[in-house]
Amino acid sequence: MATYQEFIQQNEDRDGVRFSWNLWPSSRLEATRLVVPVSCLFTPLKERPDLPPVQYEPVLCSRANCKAVLNPLCQVDFRAKIWACNFCFQRNPFPPSYAGISDVNQPAELMPPFSTIEYIVQRGPPTPLIFLYVVDTCLEEEDLQALRESLQMSLSLLPADALVGLITFGRMVQVHELSCEGIAKSYVFRGTKELSSKQIQEMLGLMKPAASSQQGRPVAPHDAAASSCKFLQPVHRVDMNLTDLLGELQRDPWPVPQGKRPLRSTGIALSIAVGLLEGTFPNTGARVMLFTGGPPTQGPGMVVGDELKTPIRSWHDIQKDNARHLKKATKYYEALANRAAVNGHCMDIYACALDQMGLLEMKCCANLTGGHVVMGDSFNTSLFKQTFQRVFSKDYNGEFRMAFGGTLEVKTSRELKVSGAIGPCVSLNAKGPCVSENEMGIGGTTQWKICGLNPSSTLAMFFEVVNQHNAPIPQGGRGAVQFVTQYQHSNTQKRIRVTTIARNWADAQSQIQHIETSFDQEASAVLMARLGVFRAESEEGPDVLRWLDRQLIRLCQKFGQFNKDDSTSFKLSESLSLYPQFMFHLRRSPFLQVFNNSPDESSYYRHHFVRQDLTQSLIMIQPILYSYSFHGPPEPVLLDSSSILPDRILLMDTFFQLVIYHGETIAQWRKARYQEMAEYENFKQLLQAPLDDAQEILQTRFPMPRYVDTEHGGSQARFLLSKVNPSQTHNNAYGWGQESGAPILTDDVSLQVFMDHLKKLAVSSAA
Amino acid sequence: MNVNQQTPMASPYGQPQPGYGQPSYAPLGGGYPAPYAPYNGPASAYQHGAPPQGPARAPPTSAPPAVSSSQGYSQYSQGDIQNGPPPVAQPMQRPAVSQPYTPGAMNLSGPHPSYPQQYAVPPSMQQVTNQMTGMQIGPGPPPTPAGPGYAPPLTSQPPISAAYSVAAPPSYTQGPPPVSADPPQPPPHSEAGGPQPYYGGPPPPQQTFPPSFSSAGPPSQAPGQQQSFPSGPPPVPQSTYTGPPPPTAQTSFPPPPSSQASSFPPTAPPSTAPPAQYPGPMPPPGPPSQPPFQSGPPPQSQLPPTSMAQANHLPPGPPGAMQQPPPQSGMQGGYPPQQNGAFGQVRGPQPGYAGQYPGQPSYGGPAPAPAPAAPSQKRLDPDSIPSPIQVIEDDKAKTSEPFTTGVRGQAPPLVTTNFQVKDQGNASPRFVRCTAYNMPCTADMARQSQVPMAAVIKPLATLPPDETPPYIVDHGEGGPIRCNRCKAYMCPYMQFIEGGRRFQCGFCSCVTDVPPHYFQHLDHTGKRVDCYDRPELSAGSYEFLATVDYCKNNKLPQPPAYIFLIDVSYNAVKSGMVNIVCQELKTLLDYLPRENPDTDSVVRVGFITYNKVLHFYNVKSSLAQPQMLVVSDVSDMFLPLLDGFLVNVSESRVVIESLLEQIPEMFADTRETETVFGPVIQAGLEALKAADCAGKLFVFHTSLPIAEAPGKLKNREDKKLVGTDKEKSLFQPQVGFYGSLAKECVAQGCCVDLFLFPNQYVDVATLGVVPVSTGGSIYKYTYFQAQADCERFLNDLRRDVQKPMGFDAVMRVRTSTGIRATDFFGSFYMSNTTDVELAGLDCDKTVTVEFRHDDKLSEETGALMQCAVLYTSCSGQRRLRVHNMAVNCCFQLADLYRNCETDTIINYFSKYAYRSVLTTPTKTVRDTLVNQCAQILSCYRKNCASPSSAGQLILPECMKLLPVYLNCVLKSDMLLPGGDVSLDDRAYLRQLLSCMDVAESHLFFYPRLLPLVKLEGDSLPVAVRNSEERLSKGGVYLLETGLHLFLWVGANAQQELLLNIFGTPTFSQIDPNMTSLPILDNPFSQRLTEIVESFRAQRSRYMKLMVVKQEDKAELIFKHFLVEDKSGSGGASYVDFLCHMHKEIRQLLS
Repeated sequence: MATYQEFIQQNEDRDGVRFSWNLWPSSRLEATRLVVPVSCLFTPLKERPDLPPVQYEPVLCSRANCKAVLNPLCQVDFRAKIWACNFCFQRNPFPPSYAGISDVNQPAELMPPFSTIEYIVQRGPPTPLIFLYVVDTCLEEEDLQALRESLQMSLSLLPADALVGLITFGRMVQVHELSCEGIAKSYVFRGTKELSSKQIQEMLGLMKPAASSQQGRPVAPHDAAASSCKFLQPVHRVDMNLTDLLGELQRDPWPVPQGKRPLRSTGIALSIAVGLLEGTFPNTGARVMLFTGGPPTQGPGMVVGDELKTPIRSWHDIQKDNARHLKKATKYYEALANRAAVNGHCMDIYACALDQMGLLEMKCCANLTGGHVVMGDSFNTSLFKQTFQRVFSKDYNGEFRMAFGGTLEVKTSRELKVSGAIGPCVSLNAKGPCVSENEMGIGGTTQWKICGLNPSSTLAMFFEVVNQHNAPIPQGGRGAVQFVTQYQHSNTQKRIRVTTIARNWADAQSQIQHIETSFDQEASAVLMARLGVFRAESEEGPDVLRWLDRQLIRLCQKFGQFNKDDSTSFKLSESLSLYPQFMFHLRRSPFLQVFNNSPDESSYYRHHFVRQDLTQSLIMIQPILYSYSFHGPPEPVLLDSSSILPDRILLMDTFFQLVIYHGETIAQWRKARYQEMAEYENFKQLLQAPLDDAQEILQTRFPMPRYVDTEHGGSQARFLLSKVNPSQTHNNAYGWGQESGAPILTDDVSLQVFMDHLKKLAVSSAA
Repeated sequence: MNVNQQTPMASPYGQPQPGYGQPSYAPLGGGYPAPYAPYNGPASAYQHGAPPQGPARAPPTSAPPAVSSSQGYSQYSQGDIQNGPPPVAQPMQRPAVSQPYTPGAMNLSGPHPSYPQQYAVPPSMQQVTNQMTGMQIGPGPPPTPAGPGYAPPLTSQPPISAAYSVAAPPSYTQGPPPVSADPPQPPPHSEAGGPQPYYGGPPPPQQTFPPSFSSAGPPSQAPGQQQSFPSGPPPVPQSTYTGPPPPTAQTSFPPPPSSQASSFPPTAPPSTAPPAQYPGPMPPPGPPSQPPFQSGPPPQSQLPPTSMAQANHLPPGPPGAMQQPPPQSGMQGGYPPQQNGAFGQVRGPQPGYAGQYPGQPSYGGPAPAPAPAAPSQKRLDPDSIPSPIQVIEDDKAKTSEPFTTGVRGQAPPLVTTNFQVKDQGNASPRFVRCTAYNMPCTADMARQSQVPMAAVIKPLATLPPDETPPYIVDHGEGGPIRCNRCKAYMCPYMQFIEGGRRFQCGFCSCVTDVPPHYFQHLDHTGKRVDCYDRPELSAGSYEFLATVDYCKNNKLPQPPAYIFLIDVSYNAVKSGMVNIVCQELKTLLDYLPRENPDTDSVVRVGFITYNKVLHFYNVKSSLAQPQMLVVSDVSDMFLPLLDGFLVNVSESRVVIESLLEQIPEMFADTRETETVFGPVIQAGLEALKAADCAGKLFVFHTSLPIAEAPGKLKNREDKKLVGTDKEKSLFQPQVGFYGSLAKECVAQGCCVDLFLFPNQYVDVATLGVVPVSTGGSIYKYTYFQAQADCERFLNDLRRDVQKPMGFDAVMRVRTSTGIRATDFFGSFYMSNTTDVELAGLDCDKTVTVEFRHDDKLSEETGALMQCAVLYTSCSGQRRLRVHNMAVNCCFQLADLYRNCETDTIINYFSKYAYRSVLTTPTKTVRDTLVNQCAQILSCYRKNCASPSSAGQLILPECMKLLPVYLNCVLKSDMLLPGGDVSLDDRAYLRQLLSCMDVAESHLFFYPRLLPLVKLEGDSLPVAVRNSEERLSKGGVYLLETGLHLFLWVGANAQQELLLNIFGTPTFSQIDPNMTSLPILDNPFSQRLTEIVESFRAQRSRYMKLMVVKQEDKAELIFKHFLVEDKSGSGGASYVDFLCHMHKEIRQLLS
């Protein structure tokens, strides 16, 4: 029998699912007592090179409100050619095409290894991918030049038949017509006036109301598509044209008086982009890519006025309710994002500015539609350039790692209901029997829309056990969950991926030990963190922390072994041992702490946190620290100040930053240029080792992390120092003198102190 | 006319004349005398007005007289009109006298002239008797001969001349009177009155019996009267007529004259107490009159009814005379005398009239009452009523010297005359023309006379090459020197005192210190010694360089910009307009206005096309291709780009050409039919705002803007409303949007020129709001077709783009204490009551300013006005153009009447009327005009004319054409639309007229009709009057209206003529659709082409040539411009209207 570790790993590899509990408590009461809800991290498009898609339609349960997909868990009567739905127990005949089914001739979906299976289905004409560039022209010339080049470069990365469009904005918004020869045409909108989608379409000439009403027939989609051609053209056709157009892209010509910010109509630009796609390609995969160099300063969605003397809002302002435009702008972008989401269009934000650019307000554009957010200092940095390139990276099949217009539907067996999801999705408001009244995250539905998907997009799904306390453990002893993800593949195919998983029920009273061992502390930490981050969006930071602390204490009380009121006696089993440490780092993380972060940065971090898969999420919670020395091969070390030693090189990966830190001695050596001397080849190699490792991480990471190469005493060392557990501070460094390490100048509590308190509280009878 | 003007002379004469020809004058002649008066004027320096004439005419008299006389005669013979002219001649001499007479003379004038004439022609007696004849005589012959002696009388005459007003009949009657008059000149006067009354004469009938007129008129009424009346006059002008009946008539007349004369004499006596006569006679005349006329023929009747008869009959008489004259006409010079004689005789004939009448019967046809004779008589011989042609020709003839502006209150030659101007302290008449050069001193007088006091100012008028444009004066950093109180600019009226250290303002009398840098010593006469070195001290017009204080926001202005906004909707493309504009702009952009012809223009250009949405173009020189920026959000217009929209032509030439090449292609397949309009102007405005400069928009537009946008319009053309009280609403803008838009445009200095290419109703009244308020122009090409209308459009466009203009202008008119500018007419915007704001002001734009008394003026200082226009030149320089004008002031109404300018008055009246239709039912407007005119004339009659029969129509010499011109105004399409005149056309004309100068309005209302007979030398053939009667089937005529050119080809035109013009000998082979004449290698064709070109060159708009074949369908259009005839829309003929006017006057008098 495999260990839970292996089981979990196997499950993740196969299905992209990690549950917090791998044995489910059989009653609602017990489930709530477990503190960490029954929940999972689900990566719908997890790359499965070994899983070839099948080219037929899935077989659905015939019950109208079930429609579950035939899966390996179903009971099949091969003789009668009947299968029983494992969710609603409806007995369904197989469709005629399954006539040849038998014990030895089973379709793939009935074989256990295919608990995750992908169908390619024919639904309507294939629609090309659509990329709509929305480009800010209020940039410094240098930035604009870099952006121009990146954009021109990207044209070569796009699929040849993809449709591409260009909107530029500054004080005005220009929608460029790409089909015309000769004169470059563009439609111009003023940046201050909000227009309805209908108006936008009218103004772009996308509607032919007169013609259609006269002839008394609705506009055929083809007409709409044809007329939209002005703005969205196949890359191969307008390649040259667009390259020239981008080449001629000028900085916004309107003068910017001294003491003013340039007028930037980001809000209108986005609304026009959304309106344009809405009118031409509803329910078709499309990507709106916003490239902006600063905050929106006019019109709806304005984040800050154009007076430079008024700084952009800070957390301080927000807490004091002093951010004038915050609510209005947020609401505006939210509405936009929802519109885009409804039509299956996703919105990316590529923001390169030294100051904030309003990501806090605009975040939902990306969050709700599954778009990317990339934040950098300038378009003229490798961080942006490479990240942007990576958007168009391809998988082992040479296909883009992106999918569009996804719909995720969750079906559960009767004892389980869906509480909600947290991730880059919006609710489709599909009510059903398995919708829980108890909402966690985005709930009240069994279906979510994920407009932009990539192989690492991961949602947290929360469930509620509804079986009553006194009810028996359900028949068969297993609960099942089915995830049905329909999406448009980057090669324009429509696909459906179905993942069906099952877990055993356990009686929490009698089998608490088993349940405890089935605990996936990594997944749980991430799931709790997502809940925390989700709460942090709407609640005050301290409240969230208190909630997290309480959950942690309750969990410790539930599963810890201790004598009452004796904190020294407290022990946690192996399956929970790391969990408090994750919580400790989570509390200090920028996802929950806003100190020292701008609102934009917080939004940026949170955005990525709620969409990355488990591994990346864990890195974000608790960065990884490797140590390089002459004493042996590189080794992971504790994220602790004690790991900072003079003769070590440290490599820290926080997901967002990659820090290489040279210890004091190493730094001195390096300064003395020993690495250039032949006899110190080994030193050279030592120096090179972390660089190579970092490079490896950089290769795959999206977005590109900030790369920091620093040394003892360097100003950039703060990235490292702020992350490590401050076990040695200016308060205790000398007291704890025996160990070498670097004292951290902070008043934050260290993990040791945190644990002490936790134990104390856990064992306290008062709690 | 002159004659009429001369009326003053008449007055003088009047007194003396009574005896004289008054009778003769009485008839139309009376009027003529007036003309003389003018002459006298000149001589004696009567009233300035008069004087000029005097001189001019005087000399001409001999020669001109001939003409005039001929005409005059003819007129005389025919009608009083002629008299008018003749008098002129005479007046010359009589001036002095005239003055004295003037008062009474006015009336008398009419007669007076006759006197002169009579004098001139001793026989005049007879002639005189025939006032008519007298009239004629007066004009022609009298001048020379009698002139001197009579001069005095003449003086009196001038005023009277006007008398025409009276129905021709009177003239006739007068005619007779004259005769008698001759003997008893006094009587003649009365008669003279009569003569004037002639018309009056008829009036009497009218009065008595409206029928009388009718009688006159009725018979042939319009024709009848007219004819009859005209008949009178016709003779003169028609002397040409000679050809026709004249001979007979003459013959007949001659005889009658004698009798008439006798009879007239009697009348003449009455003249002394003309009124009485009139009254007396009048009534009786009515009935009897006719009979008289008829009888007239029989001298007896005339005698008895004399006054009456005369009055009434007289007209007929004149006709007769007219007829006679014609023959005479042949011998113009001779005519006068002859006429005099003849007329005199004829007049004599008056009695003869009777005879004439008989003869006239032909005319008489009209004469209802008087059996056959009567009718004929009654019909006013058109030749006997004042002839515009005669007046114009007389004025031409007497103008030989350059007109110097140094003398205060001197009336300039007519606008139809070519003359050179020397600026010696007052603004050239090319810049400023006044309705009166001798203003009444008091408000009471002004009210009594009802003569409008107005000035027609064309601040940036282009001067002919032989005149110096205004000098530019720079007063340095302090800016122009101005009066401290009223802020008037330094000008010749400033009086330097205290040795030159201070100056006293001529306007408000405030004393201001002379700044040290401007100080100069005075000479012994109190003038600065540098007076002649400084234009602002010696010239009437000059420019100051403005300082930064005179600029918006205290910032020197940017050079202006021109923006072309082209409709590219389906209609525009299909008609070829888009293509034409784009092609033309390629070359036209090289001719943007500039001050120094050697440099490139600094005017920047921008381009926009539009249909339902707007397309802006980025034509920055650095681009390889232009860029098009589409703005579909028309509800809230904005400028989508800044850099590259307005560019310098020379820098961006390649890109611009590429753009102009591509625009027609891009929209070749457009199916968009809807357009917007408001946003288009807003776009241009925004562009100018963004560039922070003034400028001009050229909008090429095709259709009613029905697309959803601000300023959206709906079709409201409702023919049912025409003629109702609600009609006015059709001329008001249908939405307020354009009004406020115009205001914004003016604030920015954004002038809008609108080129319309409508295929249907486009609501010019609303679309025109912005152009009109911003000093722009509207051009309309209905049913535009590339082939047919291209030339006209392109010429208009070229001229419009190239013409010199000023931007962001403010005009202010300052006046001496006592009067003030109270009302302004033209294309501009006013935000307060004094400043005329013009976003753009080009060389063709005219502003008419009305003055009112707010105190007394003094005769000594006269009335001063200073018009200052602050503007930005096309090179971006801020300047102030100043025009100064001084006129005399008088306490005598006669002086006022002697120094009026009818063309200018008509300009004022028409603008006033055209504006009034916005607020008042059209009928009321018409009535108001007629009333005011009647009041003017009756005031004259009452206060200035020598007493005469009430039946006599007496017109002031200067105003003897007032009725005919006024009639033209009344029956213009605006005030009396025909069925085929669309609302758009009317609105268009309304707006067109609002900024016309005097020359244009004159031509507009009284087109020029040239017979193309012999085209030799450089001179133009003498025009003929605008009446179908004047057209000979065998001839070819050229008609110029200022907007159109017609070439009318008679059905029997000589082959040679046709060959010369069309290259084909057959009438039927002439293509009526041709738009330009074939260029043939013969002198005639070449000369004709030259003439056509020179006409076009004179007008601000290109006149399309239409060939009209007689009896072709198109002839209807042509006939519409024969303004002396009854119009298709119900407008009265000249003769009818004259009768009507006379009636009105008589009513006022009684």
